[in-house]
Amino acid sequence: MNPVSLPPAWRSDALSKVTGRAKYCDDLKVFGMAYAVPVYTDEVHARIIAVHTDEARRAPGVLAVLTARDVPGSVRYGQIVNDCRMLADDKIRYNGDVVAVVVAETRAQAVAAAALVRTEAQSLPPLLDPELAMREDAPLIHEDNVYEGRHCNLTNHHKIRRGDTQKAFAECDFVLAQKFETPFIEHAYLEPECALAVPRPDGVMEIYGSMQHPFSTRRFTAAILGVPLADVEVKSVCMGGGFGGKDDTAAIICARAALAARLLGRPVKMTYDREWSMRESYKRHPYKVYYKMGVKDGKFHAAEVKIIADSGAYCSVTPWVTWRSTVQCCGPYDVPNVRCDTYGVYTNNVFTGAMRGFGSPQINFCVEQLMEMAAEKLGVSSVEFRKNNMLRQGSSTITGQVLDTHTVSLPEVFDRTLASVDYESKFKKCSHGKGTGDELYGIGIALSYRGMSLGAEGMDFNAAILNMQFDGSMLLETGIHENGQGAESAMVLIAARELGVCKERIRYRQPSTSNIPDGGSTVASRGTVMGGGAAALAARELKKKIAAVVCEKLACLPAEVRFFNDRVYGKTDDVVLDYEQVGQEMYLHQEYPYAFGVFKAPKVSWNEETGQGNAYFTWVYGCQAAEVSVNRRTGRIKLLNMTAAHEVGRAVNPQMLLGQFYGGMAMGAGYGLFEEVDTEGGIIKSSNFHNYRVMRAADLPEMHAIIVENPDPLSPSGAKGVGEPTNELMAAAIANAVSNATGERYFTLPLKIGAGQ
Amino acid sequence: MKTATINGKIVKLSDADLAKNLLEFLRGDMDLTGTKNGCGIGVCGACTILVDDKPVRSCRQTVAFIVNRAVLTIEGMGGPHGELHPLQQSFIDHGAVQCGFCTPGMVLTAHAFLLTHPNPKREEIRRAISPNICRCTGYQQIVDAIESASVFYRPSAKPVR
Repeated sequence: MNPVSLPPAWRSDALSKVTGRAKYCDDLKVFGMAYAVPVYTDEVHARIIAVHTDEARRAPGVLAVLTARDVPGSVRYGQIVNDCRMLADDKIRYNGDVVAVVVAETRAQAVAAAALVRTEAQSLPPLLDPELAMREDAPLIHEDNVYEGRHCNLTNHHKIRRGDTQKAFAECDFVLAQKFETPFIEHAYLEPECALAVPRPDGVMEIYGSMQHPFSTRRFTAAILGVPLADVEVKSVCMGGGFGGKDDTAAIICARAALAARLLGRPVKMTYDREWSMRESYKRHPYKVYYKMGVKDGKFHAAEVKIIADSGAYCSVTPWVTWRSTVQCCGPYDVPNVRCDTYGVYTNNVFTGAMRGFGSPQINFCVEQLMEMAAEKLGVSSVEFRKNNMLRQGSSTITGQVLDTHTVSLPEVFDRTLASVDYESKFKKCSHGKGTGDELYGIGIALSYRGMSLGAEGMDFNAAILNMQFDGSMLLETGIHENGQGAESAMVLIAARELGVCKERIRYRQPSTSNIPDGGSTVASRGTVMGGGAAALAARELKKKIAAVVCEKLACLPAEVRFFNDRVYGKTDDVVLDYEQVGQEMYLHQEYPYAFGVFKAPKVSWNEETGQGNAYFTWVYGCQAAEVSVNRRTGRIKLLNMTAAHEVGRAVNPQMLLGQFYGGMAMGAGYGLFEEVDTEGGIIKSSNFHNYRVMRAADLPEMHAIIVENPDPLSPSGAKGVGEPTNELMAAAIANAVSNATGERYFTLPLKIGAGQ
Repeated sequence: MKTATINGKIVKLSDADLAKNLLEFLRGDMDLTGTKNGCGIGVCGACTILVDDKPVRSCRQTVAFIVNRAVLTIEGMGGPHGELHPLQQSFIDHGAVQCGFCTPGMVLTAHAFLLTHPNPKREEIRRAISPNICRCTGYQQIVDAIESASVFYRPSAKPVR
């Protein structure tokens, strides 16, 4: 239940969504629109000899059948490496590769004709196990891929070298060695991908798409068309969820629609059905983790970690995802000796990329179980063991970053969770596999810290435009995309608070890539911290501009002008202007009340060889708990309670913040219990929601949320991100709860009781 | 010519219409795009509409199914002058809306349930909305919204429709 003290929720788009008026990409119609659909093959790994399109071209209503040969620009593109084929050219590298796009007058005609495209190909043995694919003698999936000076299937190798692990392990009282495995999982955004490309008379290709990175979409589109970025304008429309999954795939679908639109000179829409989306879209990386943990004098003394991540057919953002896993590979604990080697590996599986959590849910599943196993071996409570090892104010992370620029709230989120769930007395009630009834009870906890935003992955900055009109109303635009999380509302609330105006004064302008500068992707829990930072700085700039003009009228110095209560005041409360008057003053002085705010993330650093540096400019801390009942005969796991405490800097929109807590916990529970993209010989068998199970309302217990606020001095709005932290802990907490119920440990996700591990 | 009532208006249906997929007809021919396509096989609930006050997966039906019946889509939930139904207002106030793609189907499923269960327990609400997938919210605030709006469905309440 929601805490009763909270005000009613507010989000700018809620009214349009409850009335069905909100327009998502597939709800748009444009005069003269044609319809495009993708064409796949039965292959998993094959050399393409020819794509025969004649028969399909002759089918009723067909306008064109496009292949890689029709691409005027580059058919190869990618976020890091240009290896991704927007239309397969030389080879099929996974079963979701698209060899052609059929365009027809109706979607049904396009679907019918797609079945007539015939691909002639020479099948190659599929390479599906990343451990085999990383061997020196493995056949190459990308013949031109060179890493660390040799042709191989590696996308990256990240390292951490801290202390002396060889010496440290020799000193340890005991060492735990364990292998963990996690599956491919699907984002399962409820709206499948959709793109609408409209060739404009001025030569610009206008794109509307269900995508969460308009700027990346623009780059992919400009690449396939072979035009400059200024010739493509990507506009935001209402989007039905992303969770990290609507970056590359969604951008590529937009690029294909644009290709068809350019060649036909007509608007083209490409709407995916669920089966195509499940088959083609990238997934969460499956990990194999070989973990060695050494304990000395009750301390987590040494770790040796080898992580193998399946990148699938393309690189996408594998180097970034696995970098976060590397940086966070020991969880939120003080570990003096660490050796970590993380490999991203090409295979012929579906490719993998960003998904909410971005490399942390996998690693938390390992570390948080090992912490419990070590405590058991020591004969101390896992609470005590965690407290003896956790990072605190001024602690150094495993990459040598000293945590002293913000409040390290790890002890606070931990203590508040333990108190809220009454962990100590509940732990005593755990069955540990004993007792007479069928139902076994267990409670489990998990703890994490998370680097905010991109860190040393890449350049990290964002812009906001606050454009006051002369009647006192305001338009706000930022480089952050509304994925469904409520980003627009958060931006408005941050700007309104900074300006001391009511939120109704500010209208959010749906951004266009031709107006707002490239602010990067709306991923990495960076919307609120980066976009909100830019909005806050734009608001400060606007106040400065207004103060410089109205100070005369208010009979004070510019620095003495005060902004609150939706008005602008001089030194005393009786000297006041409303915003209509402010607008008039600005007009009479020929001054535009227009402000541009830029938030540049504070400097970070990274050494690729040693894996040392200030990886992220700030961090957030979280703790989650789960209570379960496990039926020892059927193996069924029932969730009884889930609780989360997260430090968020400052809570901008409390009700929507709770929505992130609940949604994150639910998705994390799905990762723990159900979710797994089933593949067979490289072919995805999980094709739709009947054979890919996500959490439904009756699967879930009531959830409890604890918001911890410690405004961050390095964030202009004081706020940090929360989307991903809420989704990175529940699988680990459930694994610990299941262990405390059954007395058995499970090292593979999803948890399958009695699977004999 | 056959007819159906859609959101209170009588709609004539040609023979060609009768064979069309109901979801595509509502979205493509009637421009009622509030009804969404999430899976196309009737398992996600995004295309839920009410036919004679019962939830129906429009993606699994042809137009023939609604002949001589009353269809309610999300566009017909509000009052004649655009005022929100208390259930829609409750979804807004409880933060039950994120990406919004499940929202129309969720609101209609909840509406049908509350019409026959005006005093629901939270577990009953959870079971009632389980045919509908929401990937964003974890359902908790949706359950809050439905529970809170249930008072408007009780005999003692002022009629809402």
